[in-house]
Amino acid sequence: MEKHLKVSAIKDGTVIDHIPTKALFKVMKILQLEECLEMITFGNNLDSKAMGTKSIIKIANRFFADEEVNKIALVAPHAKLNTIRDYEVIEKRVVETPREIIGIINCFNPKCITNAETITTRFEVLSNKPITMKCLYCEKITNENEMVYS
Amino acid sequence: MKAKSLISITDFSKEEYLKIMRLAEDFEANPNQELLQGKVIATLFFEPSTRTRLSFETAINRLGGKIIGFSDSSSSSVSKGETLHDTIKMVSNYADMIIMRHPMEGSARYASEISSIPIINAGDGANQHPSQTLLDMYSMIKTQGTLDNLNLFMVGDLKYGRTVHSLLMAMLQFENPIFNFIAPQELVMPNEYKILLASHGIKYFEHSEFTEIINAADIIYMTRVQKERFIDPVEYEKVKNVYILRNEMLKNTKENLRILHPLPRINEIHTDVDDNPKAYYFTQAKNGVYARMAIIAHLLNLK
Ligand SMILES: [Zn+2]
Repeated sequence: MEKHLKVSAIKDGTVIDHIPTKALFKVMKILQLEECLEMITFGNNLDSKAMGTKSIIKIANRFFADEEVNKIALVAPHAKLNTIRDYEVIEKRVVETPREIIGIINCFNPKCITNAETITTRFEVLSNKPITMKCLYCEKITNENEMVYS
Repeated sequence: MKAKSLISITDFSKEEYLKIMRLAEDFEANPNQELLQGKVIATLFFEPSTRTRLSFETAINRLGGKIIGFSDSSSSSVSKGETLHDTIKMVSNYADMIIMRHPMEGSARYASEISSIPIINAGDGANQHPSQTLLDMYSMIKTQGTLDNLNLFMVGDLKYGRTVHSLLMAMLQFENPIFNFIAPQELVMPNEYKILLASHGIKYFEHSEFTEIINAADIIYMTRVQKERFIDPVEYEKVKNVYILRNEMLKNTKENLRILHPLPRINEIHTDVDDNPKAYYFTQAKNGVYARMAIIAHLLNLK
């Protein structure tokens, strides 16, 4: 049985593994991969021992700073990043929930000013498991279930 | 450079709280000081609140400042669809300070990010109204001589009442407060505040009955129990007359006890309390002018 992933290898770039299946397109959006002109391959609904199914994204010639990649922590908290150079994994990273989340999600509070005018949202992360965060504008506390992605 | 603003009560440190208390006392002793001479203060009331606006405008007038602004958005360019962003940009070019009230939560924080001049939040929806808390604190220090070691009873709607939440946050900075919460089941103090108190090692007690337990109080902070807050109207009918303070209940209370209320009151304090020397809510409203003078002077570095 073919044990390798059904996604072709890349020479240089980044592999993001262990993305929850339902979060694949959110991750693409958060990392702004729609605008990326490099070769991107992805697999969805792949078998995973730990997760049941998972998604994987491979991006050629793209490397991510921690701040950039930590933005996906909200949707893919267990994602693992492999940095690839010349077909070799030279670095493995896990994502960490950032202390402040800028943009990405809308405030769940309909009376929040961020939902009335063009404002980049900002949230302070209060706890990781489960994720709760406080809107820095209306000061309301929101949790994972209430999050609305912009 | 961003100017110093007052958006939430937690924007100020304990030292700043105490400075505001000292300044308010000074302004009460000498109310007419021309510190704002040559200055223009904008009062932008995107939703009407006559009580708060008059209090601020009295404070500005006492300080010798000039006022521009509007008292409700239907009489301003806002009704023509101008964004808050543009209104604040424009006015911050005209005035030395903006005092604003707005129905959207977070509006004042947003304004403070746009504005080059100080903003005072005079209420952003159900979120914050920090000058109310500072006048409550001034009323407490004035009548008790201290903000330390006070036994504080909060009564009524402790779930939605922003005044009690802000006061609780501010009191975390002082020594050894004791909190007693008296509220109907539907309107109890939210857990986040109880967790906060516990993490500061502060004692609190919860009660659903409004009885002689108030005999231990230094301060009773009354709030309104509003019908709209109840999902089940039957529940409201059951409690609507339970959280009413009457003069006879004050018989065995402490000599130094004072009763506060952010006003307007509906029926939660019976009028027979008004003549009791422990009733303090009307003086509390008057203290608001001095507390607001102090906030303005502090933010503009005039004192
Ligand atoms: Zn918000």
